Amino acid sequence: MQREVQRNRQFSRRVAVLAGGQALLVAALSTRLYQLQIVDSDRYKVMADENRVSVRLLAPPRGRILDRFGIPLADNRQDYHLVIVAEQAGDIVATLAALATLIELGDADRTRVLREVRRKHSFVPVVIRANLSWDEMARIEVAVPELPGVSIEQGLTRHYPFGVTVAHTVGYVAAPSEQELTGDPLLELPDFRIGKSGIEKSQDLSLRGTAGTRQVEINAVGRVVRELARVEAEPGSDVVVGLDSAMQDFVTRRCSGEQSVASVLLDAVTGEVLALVSSPSFDSTLFSSGLTRTTWRQLSTDPGHPLTDKVIAGVYPPGSTFKPVVALGALAAGVLTPETAITCPGYLQLGNAVFHCWRHGGHGTLHLRDAIKESCDVFFYETTRRLGIDRLAAMARRFGYGSVLGIDIPGERPGLIPTREWKLATTGTSWQQGETLIAGIGQGSVLATPLQIATMVARLATGRAVVPHLVRDAGVMPQGEDSPARDFPSLGIDPDALALVLDGMKAVVNEPGGTAYAARITDPGLAMGGKSGTSQVRQITQYERDHGLRRIDEIPWKDRDHALFVGFAPVGAVRYVCATVVEHGGGGSAVAGPICRDILRAVQQRDPARRVPAQPSAAQSAVSALPSPAASSSTGG
Amino acid sequence: MTSLHTDLNRSNPTFAQRMLGISWGLVLLITIVAGFGILILYSAADGNMQPWGEKQLVRFVIALILMLSAAILGVYYWFRLAYWAYMLSLILVVAVDLRGIVGMGAQRWIDLGIIQLQPSEMMTVALLLALARYFHHLGNEDDLKIRFLILPLLMILLPVALVLKQPDLGTAIMLLMGGAVMFFLAGVRLRLFVLMGAAAGAAVPIVWRFLRDYQKSRIYTFLDPDNDPLGAGYHILQSKIALGSGGLFGKGFLLGTQSHLSFLPEKQTDFIFTTLAEEFGLFGALTLLSLYCVILVYSFAIALRSRNHFGRLLGAGIAVNFFLYVFINTAMVTGLIPVVGVPLPLISYGGTAMLTVMLGFGLLMSVGVDRDVRLNRAGERQPD
Repeated sequence: MQREVQRNRQFSRRVAVLAGGQALLVAALSTRLYQLQIVDSDRYKVMADENRVSVRLLAPPRGRILDRFGIPLADNRQDYHLVIVAEQAGDIVATLAALATLIELGDADRTRVLREVRRKHSFVPVVIRANLSWDEMARIEVAVPELPGVSIEQGLTRHYPFGVTVAHTVGYVAAPSEQELTGDPLLELPDFRIGKSGIEKSQDLSLRGTAGTRQVEINAVGRVVRELARVEAEPGSDVVVGLDSAMQDFVTRRCSGEQSVASVLLDAVTGEVLALVSSPSFDSTLFSSGLTRTTWRQLSTDPGHPLTDKVIAGVYPPGSTFKPVVALGALAAGVLTPETAITCPGYLQLGNAVFHCWRHGGHGTLHLRDAIKESCDVFFYETTRRLGIDRLAAMARRFGYGSVLGIDIPGERPGLIPTREWKLATTGTSWQQGETLIAGIGQGSVLATPLQIATMVARLATGRAVVPHLVRDAGVMPQGEDSPARDFPSLGIDPDALALVLDGMKAVVNEPGGTAYAARITDPGLAMGGKSGTSQVRQITQYERDHGLRRIDEIPWKDRDHALFVGFAPVGAVRYVCATVVEHGGGGSAVAGPICRDILRAVQQRDPARRVPAQPSAAQSAVSALPSPAASSSTGG
Repeated sequence: MTSLHTDLNRSNPTFAQRMLGISWGLVLLITIVAGFGILILYSAADGNMQPWGEKQLVRFVIALILMLSAAILGVYYWFRLAYWAYMLSLILVVAVDLRGIVGMGAQRWIDLGIIQLQPSEMMTVALLLALARYFHHLGNEDDLKIRFLILPLLMILLPVALVLKQPDLGTAIMLLMGGAVMFFLAGVRLRLFVLMGAAAGAAVPIVWRFLRDYQKSRIYTFLDPDNDPLGAGYHILQSKIALGSGGLFGKGFLLGTQSHLSFLPEKQTDFIFTTLAEEFGLFGALTLLSLYCVILVYSFAIALRSRNHFGRLLGAGIAVNFFLYVFINTAMVTGLIPVVGVPLPLISYGGTAMLTVMLGFGLLMSVGVDRDVRLNRAGERQPD
């Protein structure tokens, strides 16, 4: 009994020890739970959210590009495209091969897909083909179970309702290149496009908009369970340009008869570009859906350079269209007055060199106004000789020559206004006076873009340093109202001098004997002024002088002269300026003049409010139908 | 002689007295905890009784009947059945090795049709029974000399070795610790424990060779959890995230993100405590722990009140064993100890675990019912 009592005591003691040990362990456990669930709770809460919440980007719809009346030049269209997600696809090469049996899928496409798959995160879908037809969709839908990682997605593609007509101005969009990837995940989205040229490029950031986000809850294997929050993407802003799509269309059709032509129509007061045509052109839509190699080769080797916007990037000797600048330079420098008389015998001798006037027999004695009207070369040789190249260059720069004007689309070229300093720096030889004379008729080293030529006249007509631009300050004006005039700084040139030169240019078109008299506008109140130019591509040989010039169709196209014309209207209160360069077109007044005439007549007819007030106008709405260019293109000679 | 009458009655109660003698308070506590478990299984299945809750409920009801039957059965019958139960369990453990099916990377189950029986779990109760009988039999006179300990040591180590070979580290540890507790309760001298501890330490390198790679990596991971966050450390990290993000009052019933989005491994079995603590927070976790502690106190009271050594050893052994289950499981999911596959008693989804735990409580209650019965060394009832 004694032993049993002792054993019971020992048992109770040991139970107590165990119970005490257990109490300690429970205390340790509680402490641990307190630490995890109270002390470190915030940290674990964050980790739990990071576990389950994944943020997905929502691509913003790209802003539209509208013309001045709000007519879309670029918008978005819903389409269906085929995408592949690398991490779900397994063997991508095999999947693509299987797809190629269902739809047309070239080697180039396959290479592109494989390249993009390598470049992007494996969970980012890569577009295999955009713009699926219903037929193709049906064939793929049936086969989708055998095509891992492949799916059809709805998306927006860029659409250009005017296609080739506005391609150079509006530009195009395409997938960002490797250099353009900034690390912004938005750029990695499969159907995301960025602007590559034109307005699409210059206004890219505002057109892009802001990406939205979708917070989704994902489970341990990454599948989306539900959406937690959604911030819709903010669509890109619409960009309104000053273009008038009807005029743009008109100019395009009017220029379509020539092989290669650049034409621009400006509002001289606001600086807005109403129409900008560089022909031949290309189809912007081709770029947003991906260009084929063949198309690319065709576009890049075409002698008409369809990818180049010749209005801003084509540089030509301005020829006689440069003469008004020479005149203003000479008037400002005091080496010429309206009364200065210069005799033209048909040539000018300078040392051993002879400089010919375009008119074989010469113009006789003339003053500035007639010299402009008849475009006498000798008058301007002599004037430039007195003025000197550097003063001429200074005046040319005030009119926008020799440097980029800063129009709001990329690719503008500066052209060239030579100076003594420039010649020495680039060739190492000193300036020859003969070169001064040649520069005086816009030849030699002088190079200008059609936009610069048009701007020169806009500045001449307003006396202000007008800067041409596309993006419209005022936005959409459905009734075609004007933008408020920009406060361009004054050129600081004597208004009388400007008026005199402008008057000479009015005479060019409207007075018998003027070089472009045949291209005048006869409609009452719509008269234009202007200046023609014919710039030599090739030196005229002595043989040709002796035996008479060859007929234009005897000269190979590449060697023919460029035909230039810059016109303005209405003559009383200049509002519109149009410059046209027909590459290798021949005579400026005969070829480019009528184009400018038709454009200026059309733009004035389109807007009755801007006719000279005294003239009665036919009842026409702001967006009136324009006459067919073919009907009005009969040239006067 | 009136006292004799009552004594006789108490040492040999009638059926009605036996029913009244059952610790109904304990039954109630167990039912509450099991109900809590079914609630969490309902949540773990995203608010469905399928696939776990309903099955678990059925199992609980069956286990409850089994428990009450075990409680009604006199403690002396259990005394007689002890070695048989042990032998049967041992045979079943061996049978698992011979014709077990592969489940969870380890051969642990015997498919009995209705239930996939895990004999190693049954063994944890059977071992307690057998050791309680052995130490009871040793009686008062014998000092616990080492030679008397060789047989019980073998009784422990034989199933441990078999279970380790399956391999089931968790159950092997439970068997080992259960055996050690019985030795301690039986009054084995502390210096002998030191001796056996040293022997166990020497055995570690041998045991290490038996461990599978995943078990080794679990121990490595425990020692340095940040070493491999996407591999073996993933489970424990996700478990800690679930617990920590639960905070004081939890994310709310059915609102646990970690469990519902499958970041939690084994959310319905070994890691169910995490599911609970994520949705009910520290408050819920401590409530459950408190319930367990009340059950434990109740169990110790029953064991201490018993007037036979077999009952005392068995009762206390079952109580401590129950505690070890609770502690190892919760310490494992909170990252206090390495991950070993031990279920949370009464809560974790699993048939055998439920049956084993409830059977244990049945034995404990039977000790309570027959608290005044005296047994001689042979296990025969003795009058006072």
